[in-house]
Amino acid sequence: MWKWLHPYAKTENAYQLCVTLQPWLWVSALLCLAVGTVWGLAFAPQDYQQGDSFRIIYIHVPSAMLSMGTYVAMAIAALVGMVWQWRTAYMSMIAMAPVGAVMTFVALFTGAAWGKPMWGAWWVWDARLTSELILLFLYIGVIALYGAFEDKQQAGKAAGVMALVGVVNIPIIHYSVEWWNTLHQGATISKFDQPSIAPEMLWPLLVSLLGFAFFIGAVTTIRLRSEIVRREMHRPWVQKLAQATSENS
Amino acid sequence: MNPLLLGIFKRDMQIAFQQKAELVQPLMFLLMVVTLFPLGVSPSPETLQRIGPGVIWIAAILSSLLGMERLFRDDFIDGSLEQYTLSGMSLPAVATVKVLAHWLVSFVPLLILSPLLAMFLNLSMDMFIALMLTLLIGTPLLSLIGAIAVGLTVGLARGGLLLALLLIPVFIPLLIFATSAVDSAALQLPYHPQLAIIGAMLLLAAAAAPFAIAYSLKVSQN
Repeated sequence: MWKWLHPYAKTENAYQLCVTLQPWLWVSALLCLAVGTVWGLAFAPQDYQQGDSFRIIYIHVPSAMLSMGTYVAMAIAALVGMVWQWRTAYMSMIAMAPVGAVMTFVALFTGAAWGKPMWGAWWVWDARLTSELILLFLYIGVIALYGAFEDKQQAGKAAGVMALVGVVNIPIIHYSVEWWNTLHQGATISKFDQPSIAPEMLWPLLVSLLGFAFFIGAVTTIRLRSEIVRREMHRPWVQKLAQATSENS
Repeated sequence: MNPLLLGIFKRDMQIAFQQKAELVQPLMFLLMVVTLFPLGVSPSPETLQRIGPGVIWIAAILSSLLGMERLFRDDFIDGSLEQYTLSGMSLPAVATVKVLAHWLVSFVPLLILSPLLAMFLNLSMDMFIALMLTLLIGTPLLSLIGAIAVGLTVGLARGGLLLALLLIPVFIPLLIFATSAVDSAALQLPYHPQLAIIGAMLLLAAAAAPFAIAYSLKVSQN
């Protein structure tokens, strides 16, 4: 069932896959981001209580959801690497880490910018905010651990263990608004049967979410490509590639 | 019990008691950090009682980070860790024994010291009992999770600060539930829900951590 995945354990095939996917990801990302943000920021109706400031959700919600999604993807990549001994899995894990960390930071920053006028405080020690901050620390820990090793093969494995340990935080973030009585509002769009948001506000949000996902994918493929090239510099196919690139330019 | 594992346990205990300075220094650090708070924040009994549980737990976590490296560092340097890996013994079992020995020599003294800390910070009797219980259930969790990170960083030249970066975020949930248990005790409320959550975390860690420690030790030794 998973046989189609096996060739991508080889770095050369994974590199080629990145090259093929990258333009598609960029086009979809730019398209969705443009449509989603313009629709959301300019055309979606005003909120009856918050006026225009609710529009931050078109940045805040996608980045927050994908900060968790990227972490889960990292943990899955670490598990795949551990079980099947794939070097490319560890490489893609570490390619995703800084992207996810930036998403977490964006979520925290936009939340703070919205919190100041709405709650009257940049920051409160509420369960959702705290657990998202812990997520940022976990990303930093994984990146720092990876950077500390000389041998990047070993570094990937070590960072993978740490990424898997940190996964326990993900359900805590997700359920924090239900388990604790938080200032942060509860789930709005993940209640698919009956979302508590008007459809004309929901659609641009979903498009924007998709745009963020494609954007993360696009940046990850760039980072994965350079990671592969850096680690496989001694391989003939990389040297051939470098030669071809330098002749073209 | 397997005589080899018993041997490792006895050896670890003997080494720990020979290196008394390494045992006592984290405890002195703990005592001094706790002393800083009445002087730095406020010596008024109400304030101390309010911040006391958190201060004791934070100091315990920080001091445990100082002594944590001792878990595998010496064994890694003198090569005995490699011998354990090659000996055919179950590495998760070895890791469990070493974590148990580490807990006994570094956290049981902390438990014995805790009445003094509780007195310094003016905790009531109810709060003190709750604090003891959270320390009793929570500190093995520090040893188990800490050992995973120590296993990963043991081969690095300067792993000390990195260890703190890796572990502090993971210890935050424990800190939250432990201090909330003591706060409930201060208000005469039941605090067994928080204890049950810490207990559940401990059981989960006890089941999974030995394998993670064994894996991380293998990674460190390549």
